[in-house]
Amino acid sequence: MDTLTQTAAEIRKEILKTIHYAGAGHIGGPMSAVDILTYLYFKEMNINPEDGWNEHRDRFILSKGHSAIALYVTLAVRGYMPLEELKTFDALDSRLQGHPDMTLLPGLDMSTGSLGQGLSAGLGMALGAKLQNESFRTYCMVGDGESQEGQIWEAADVASKYGVDNLVCIVDNNRLQQFGWSNDQVTRNAPLEDPSERWKAFGWHVISIDGHDFEEIERAFKEARDTKGKPTAIIANTIKGKGVSFMEGAYLWHSRIPTDEELKDALAELNKEVVL
Amino acid sequence: MSTVKKEAMRDRFSEVILDLAKNDDRVYAVDGDLANSTKIDIVAMEKPEKFLQMGIAEQNMLSVCSGLASTGLQPWAVTFAAFLSKRALDQIQVQIAQPKLNVKMVGAYSGLLTGLTGKTHQALEDIAIFRTLANMVVIAPADSVEVEKVMRAVNQYDGPVYIRLARDAYPYLFEEDYEFEIGKAVTLREGKDVSIISTGTQTSRSVEAAERLAEKGISVEVVHMPTIKPLDEAAIVATAKKTNLVVSAEEHSILGGLGSAVAEVLGERYPTQLLRIGVEDRNAESAPNEELLNKYGLSVEHMVTKISAYYEKYKK
Repeated sequence: MDTLTQTAAEIRKEILKTIHYAGAGHIGGPMSAVDILTYLYFKEMNINPEDGWNEHRDRFILSKGHSAIALYVTLAVRGYMPLEELKTFDALDSRLQGHPDMTLLPGLDMSTGSLGQGLSAGLGMALGAKLQNESFRTYCMVGDGESQEGQIWEAADVASKYGVDNLVCIVDNNRLQQFGWSNDQVTRNAPLEDPSERWKAFGWHVISIDGHDFEEIERAFKEARDTKGKPTAIIANTIKGKGVSFMEGAYLWHSRIPTDEELKDALAELNKEVVL
Repeated sequence: MSTVKKEAMRDRFSEVILDLAKNDDRVYAVDGDLANSTKIDIVAMEKPEKFLQMGIAEQNMLSVCSGLASTGLQPWAVTFAAFLSKRALDQIQVQIAQPKLNVKMVGAYSGLLTGLTGKTHQALEDIAIFRTLANMVVIAPADSVEVEKVMRAVNQYDGPVYIRLARDAYPYLFEEDYEFEIGKAVTLREGKDVSIISTGTQTSRSVEAAERLAEKGISVEVVHMPTIKPLDEAAIVATAKKTNLVVSAEEHSILGGLGSAVAEVLGERYPTQLLRIGVEDRNAESAPNEELLNKYGLSVEHMVTKISAYYEKYKK
C-alpha cells in the first residue's frame, strides 16, 4: 500500500506540472480520482502497457472525460508512453487531447467528453464480454456532478436488467461540480449528499468507501469481483483537489491554472507525502 | 397503380436482418422497444440470443452499441429515424462517428410517410444531420431489392453507416440480380431534356413522373442516388452536362439533404440550373399517405407539374 501511496503522489505532482506547463486543463476532478486510478492501473486491472489494444484486456472508461489529465498521467507512469509526452497535452497533433480520443492512444478504451455517455459504453463492453465468453472486466468512472445526466440512469437501469456482474461503476463522489447550487453564496452544495440509495434502487450492488484509502479501495474491488448476478457501484467518497491543502474542496480549482508560486507550494506538500 | 407489384421495405429488412444474425457471429440486432414496428422482432423470436433489448432509451442504446462494437461485435441499431437522428445524435457523434466504430444504424419510418404519426415521428432532417458527421456513410434505398443489397454490402463494410428505410410498400425498381455498390449512382432512365437526381422512396415517384413527362414530350433522365455520402459526384456532373437542367427529389427537407448535396457539387464543378423537390422549410402533420404527398408537394402529379413548368422556363 505504501508503494501505491507513493505512486499516487507522483501522479498528482505530474498532473499539476502538466496543467501548469500547458496553461490549460482541470485540477480538482483529476486530483480526486487519482487514488482510484492508481489502484486500477497498478493493482486491479489485467492490462499490459506493451500491448495496449489486446482484445482480452480489462477495459477502463473515464466517463468524466474532462479529468483526462489524471488518466494520461496514470498511463504514462504505468509505462504506456514516456512522461515527456505529457508536455504535448492539449497541443496540436497530440495524442493527449483535451478529452480522451480512443483512436489515438492505446489504453484509452472509449472516447468521452460529453458527459453521461461512458457507463452505457461500459455496459456495451460488459455485454460484449459475456456474449463472446470473454473474462475481461469493465470499469467505468463517473462523476457525482455528471450523474445529473439522465443517460447514466438509462444505463444503470439496463445494466441491472442484464445482470452484468463484470461491470463496475466507480462514482468519484467529490461533492462539487463546476458551479452547481449554493444556499449561502459562499459554499457550494454537493450534487447529491449520498448517491448510494439511488444506485441501490436501480438494482446495483453498492459499496461506499473512502476513495483515498487504499485498503478500503482494495476491499471494494475484491467485493465487486465476488458479487454475482448484478453490477457493482463503488461510491468513492473523495475530496476535490485532494493532496494539496489549498485546492481541497475549493470549487474554484475545478479548472484554475496554478501560478509558479502555487505550483511550488503544491509540489512541496506532495513531496512530503512521498517521503512518508 | 394497383397492378404494380410492391413489397414493404421493412418486410425485406426483417428477412435479411434475421439471415445476417444467423450467419454472421458478429451481428446483433439492437432494439429500442420498437421491434414489432421495425420488424426486428423476427430476430427476438427466431434467434433470441442475437437480439438485445435496450428499452425506451435511445441515448443509452447507441452508446451501448459503441461499447459492443469496441469489443469486435457488429451491432445493428434499429429504431425510428426521428429518434435515431436527433435524440441520440450526440452519442452517435462522440462514440460512433468520431472513433469510426462499426455500428450499423437503421432509421425505420423515415421521411414524411410514417403511418399517421405526425411531425414528432416524421424524419425530414435525418439525411442532413448524418451527412455532416465525419466518417459517416449515408444510404437511402428505393425498394425492397435494394434494401437487401444495401444491407449485405453494409454488413461487409467496416465503419459507421446510416441506412434510411421507409415504413410502407414501394414498387419494384430493381431485379434480384441488381448489384449495389456503396457510393455509386444508378441511372434508371436515360433522357436528354431534364435530369432528376433522386434518392430513397422519392425515386419510384420520380420514375413515374418521368414516364408521365415523356408522354408530354419531355425526355427525363432519372439518376438514383442511393448513397448520399460518399456522394457520386461524377454521376451528378455527367448527367448535368447531358441535360443542363437538373432536379433533385427526396422525401426530406429541401434544406441540407440530397438537394443541398447536389447544389454543392454543381456549384463547385459544373454550375447548372437546379430545382429542388422536397418538403419546404416547415413541419408536416399526420394524415394518410396520398394526402401528405399532395399537400407537401411530393406526389407524382406535383413533380410533373413542377418539372413541366421548370422545363418550359429554362429550355434552350
